[in-house]
Formats: sequence, structure tokens, C-alpha cells
Amino acid sequence: MHFFEDIRIGETHEIGRHTFTADGIKRFAARYDPQPFHLDEAAAARSHFGALCASGWHTAAVCMRMLVARKDRVVAELAARGEKVATWGPSPGFRELKWLKPVYAGDTITYATEPVEKRESKSRPGWGLLFSRNTGTNQRGELVYSFIGSAFVERRPG
Amino acid sequence: MPAAPRPAIDEVNRGVYGTLFPPRQGLPVPQFYFEDFAPGSVAQYGPRVVTREEIVAFAAEFDPQPMHLDEAAARASMLGGLSASGWHTCAILMRMCCDWFILDSASMGAPGVDEVKWLRPVRPGDALTLRRTVRDTRVSASRPEMGFVRFLYELINQRGEVAMTLTTPAMLSRRAPAAAAS
Repeated sequence: MHFFEDIRIGETHEIGRHTFTADGIKRFAARYDPQPFHLDEAAAARSHFGALCASGWHTAAVCMRMLVARKDRVVAELAARGEKVATWGPSPGFRELKWLKPVYAGDTITYATEPVEKRESKSRPGWGLLFSRNTGTNQRGELVYSFIGSAFVERRPG
Repeated sequence: MPAAPRPAIDEVNRGVYGTLFPPRQGLPVPQFYFEDFAPGSVAQYGPRVVTREEIVAFAAEFDPQPMHLDEAAARASMLGGLSASGWHTCAILMRMCCDWFILDSASMGAPGVDEVKWLRPVRPGDALTLRRTVRDTRVSASRPEMGFVRFLYELINQRGEVAMTLTTPAMLSRRAPAAAAS
């Protein structure tokens, strides 16, 4: 990945899109969030959501998959140009996660990431801490998902 | 992939809340409403054992990074060994909440999560206990039939260490919506 010094704040990158199928929604929900409105069309129709919709954690997990896929693409591009690739370490957490609208079966969500803040790590010399706003937008252009993630990013040596 | 031999799935999930454990049905009538969560009250649930099988399966689908998939690569990383995706840990917490009380509550979902801290890695074999503290509660101004209950969740491993904290405002129906609306 890019080194800490090379990350530009405020630059938005689209990272991928995913269509949530009824089967996919139910499969995730059966494992991790078995509330009726994520598992069963009839029960969902009676709920305040009005129709089958994805667990918010499913929306979040797919976003993570897109972020990892983008990381792999960037690493491949840097390697192809013969540039040094920085290690991105683990994340200490996230904040301000918002499920703004339900993600219904059949919805296609486009995910994006935007670096919003970076600072040197006090606890880990050689590393910086990057904060990014990650979002999901549905096929009607409505923002459905947003959070501010964080990750340790290697600093350029020397 | 991890070098350790993998037990059969039936073996992994016997006696624990494994990922393949079928979802239970909630009670026909909710037992827990907004009013049942008193500010300051603390309760605990678990433990739930996290298996290598489910760590790798979740990571392969949603977070395919070496430290969640491969023992040798994980040892070389900042995490020092194979560990669950943080998003997997969030999903595990959600499932524990469902099995514990959400399926029996008048839950209306949650608008989001204020903050999550991934404090320590969650490893294969960890037995996680969930501690729930009611931080504060308020009736919705725009929808008096419901209220917000802000929970602090702490996932605690078998050594008593807090692996993750999560703060979220849950939406719950009030017990007497007619009276509340009048």
C-alpha cells in the first residue's frame, strides 16, 4: 500500500459495488443476526422495515471485503511500477458508524473510501494512524452507510 | 492456510454457539421493552467459544488478509498470531446479543454504532463473555412509541481481558405505546 506520507487527505476513491440478494442476506443473518426482518420476507413485511433487508453488520462486512480488494489492487499496481509497498497494520477500531437507510434485497451498494485525517503514532514509532470515511450508496444515489475507520500505516523509512 | 489439522464441523460446533448453530425463534410476545433497561444496570452472558474454522471462514468471505487466514503470516504481523477479523468479532457480538435477549425484545434495530475499540486480538479457542452496561436511555422526541437505550458492550476473554468494546444506541418499542402517545 501507499506509505503514510503519500496518502492524500480528502481524495475519494470508489472501491467496488455489491448487489445484496435475498439468499445472501438470509445466509449472513442465519449466522450472525437472526432477527426476523433479516431472515424471512413475510416477517419483514410486517416489521417497520416493510421488506427483507440486510443486517447492518452484513453491509459492514461487504465494505471490508471491498477495502481489502482495493488494497490488493493498489499493492499490485505499486509492485508493477517497481515501487516500494508499505505495510498497513491492524485497525484499533472505528467510530460514527451509521446505518442511514435499510439495504433491501436487490439493492446495489457502491462503496467508497476517503482519507480524512492522519497523524503520527505515539505508541508505535515508524507507523502513522490513518482515519478514513468509508461509505455505501444505493442505486438511487442515497447514502445508506458510513463510518470512520482507522488503521496503522507504515511510514516511509529514512 | 493453517497447518493444524481441522476438526470436523460437527465436532467444532457441538456444545458451543457455533456459526452453524441454527438460529432460534424469538418468543411469540416480546419480553423486554424500552422500560426494562435501567440506566446503570449491568448484565453478563456467555461464554461463547470462537473456533479457528469460523475465523477462517469469515475472513475468506469478508476480510481476506493474511493475519486472519494464515498462521505463519499472522505470526509475522503486528497481531502476533491468527486472530479474528474485527468485523467478525462485531458479528459474533451481534449473534450473542440475539441469542441472549434481542430476539425476545421489542427491538427496532439500531441507527448505528458510536464507537468500537479493538483492544486485543480474538484467537481460536477464546471463550468470550459479553458484559452489557446500560449507559443512558431516552424516549424518542419524534416517535414517542419508541426509545433509545445506549448500551456499552464489553467482550471479555477467558483471561479476563477486554478484547473489544462497542457503544451503540438501540431502538426499542415502549411497553405502552398508546399511553406514551397520549
